[in-house]
Amino acid sequence: MFEAIDLSLVNWSRAQFALTAMYHWLFVPLTLGTTFIIAIMETIYVKTGKPEWKKMTKFWMTLFGINFAIGVATGLILEFEFGTNWSNYSWFVGDIFGAPLAIEGIMAFFMESTFIAVMFFGWNKVSKKFHLASSWLVAIGANLSALWILVANAWMQSPVGTTFNPETARNEMTSFWEVLFSPVAINKFLHTITSGFVLSAVFVIGVSAWFLLKKRHIVMARKSILVAAIFGIVSSLALIGTGDGSAKQVAKVQPMKLAAMEGLYNGYEGVDLIAVGAFKSTSEESNDAMKDFLFKIEIPNFLSFLAFGNWDAFVPGVNDLINGNPEKGIMSVHEKIDRGKIAIEKLTAYKEAKKNGDEVLSSSLVNELTSENFQEDYFRYLGYGHVNDTNFLIPNIPLVFYSFHVMVMLGFLFLLVFVLALWWVLRNKLDSKKWFLLIAIFTIPLAYLATELGWVVAEFGRQPWVIQDLMPTTTAVSQISAVSVQITFVLFAVIFTTLLIAEVGIMIKQIKIGPKDEGGTKS
Amino acid sequence: MIIRKVFDFYVEGFKRMTWGKTVWVIILVKLFIMFFILKLFFFPNILKKKFTTDEERSNHVLENITNTK
Repeated sequence: MFEAIDLSLVNWSRAQFALTAMYHWLFVPLTLGTTFIIAIMETIYVKTGKPEWKKMTKFWMTLFGINFAIGVATGLILEFEFGTNWSNYSWFVGDIFGAPLAIEGIMAFFMESTFIAVMFFGWNKVSKKFHLASSWLVAIGANLSALWILVANAWMQSPVGTTFNPETARNEMTSFWEVLFSPVAINKFLHTITSGFVLSAVFVIGVSAWFLLKKRHIVMARKSILVAAIFGIVSSLALIGTGDGSAKQVAKVQPMKLAAMEGLYNGYEGVDLIAVGAFKSTSEESNDAMKDFLFKIEIPNFLSFLAFGNWDAFVPGVNDLINGNPEKGIMSVHEKIDRGKIAIEKLTAYKEAKKNGDEVLSSSLVNELTSENFQEDYFRYLGYGHVNDTNFLIPNIPLVFYSFHVMVMLGFLFLLVFVLALWWVLRNKLDSKKWFLLIAIFTIPLAYLATELGWVVAEFGRQPWVIQDLMPTTTAVSQISAVSVQITFVLFAVIFTTLLIAEVGIMIKQIKIGPKDEGGTKS
Repeated sequence: MIIRKVFDFYVEGFKRMTWGKTVWVIILVKLFIMFFILKLFFFPNILKKKFTTDEERSNHVLENITNTK
């Protein structure tokens, strides 16, 4: 199959999806976290009645509003791409994507049109408590909106709660709750939103640090840093916990991704975790060529513990997953390919029987294809039936490895920034730490980098699968012209870059204006 | 009466906007580009465009997911 597909079409379609998803993700995480920071500030205002908290709430609301408005609906472009560039995939996933996205659409519409309006237009028009409730509902609603798309994404990483119906060529949901509460979905949702919280805390601290450096709005800046630092510390701890949960799920359902994240080629018992490392540069381009480390600092047995809760657990490497390891119960890729081919042969036989009008045979094949045993033993390896070269099953290891390690290191850097900011702001010494205030400002782009790298790990790490083990990208892609994808790629790059420039420009302008005194309640 | 109040609430809110007006212009231009240019001219739903019935669509996808050549 791989040889017959125009790889340039697949690669351009992937690149376009990556571009739009990553641009979309530049807007989302700030919304997830700032809404909670705003709600906390407004709660303090309602509790204390002190006007500076209201002023502060309104200032951060303005920045949230700009980000929300520019980013809103950018995710819809991804849905356009599903229908055009990934039509086989779109059809194959059936209502797995449709149901969560419909819920998201309805929820987002009602929450956003109602409570955001109250948030921005409702000052002095509704009671303080109703306004506060609206702010909290916006925060909860924004995060719940993210839940549904992340549930859909989690299903692609670990397809559960569904069965394939050969008559419609679609996967059908057998248990909505199994899809919603799959451990991968829960961890993905929690890890993603907490990463948004951390980014937002970094943003609030960075902007406030700028005010302190400029000696403007000092009281507001200190109080904002106080709230954001506490929020950031709590979120960072939650992020570490959910990251651990996500890694355990990856070890279970996507072991190749874990091997790539750690650059682990040969598995063993009691695997060390690479805290810091770099690969030797090599002229060998082949993806399956083992990469040696130039240097690495390891924590003994820690990967085994993190992945399986056991210091001596066996963690499979790339070679174990490709060649199999019967002693550890790991099936070889060749065995999976054979099983995938059997699934394809059965589907082909069904297709022919249907075409020939042989009702008896097609009905018997439907029963066989949908039987629990066949689904479990063969159909779950369907995607492998398209693989002729095992090299395609290995993700880009250096890319996944570096993305993962840089993301983790930045996560700990942000925690350090929050702790130091809190320590100094409580001791009233933050204003004099100019070097730290500068670092806090430059941490803002690093937070965006970290959150984007998280997606690089999640999505590049699962290549070549668009749906884990069931559908490779080469089967998912539509048979359209690669040139048309290239044109829309450029169009998107232009549109999104313009939006980003607009957002950054308007935001910088508003930051420079700063918070308005009471009476300046306009939005 | 309530509908009127809600309507007035939104109208007044929009009228009182300052920076919000610029943002609304961006939103409207963005939505116009997305739905009236990109969706209409560049992003047709391939299966809907090529086939008229769901059976044809499922046969097409079945063909693709069983094609190993």
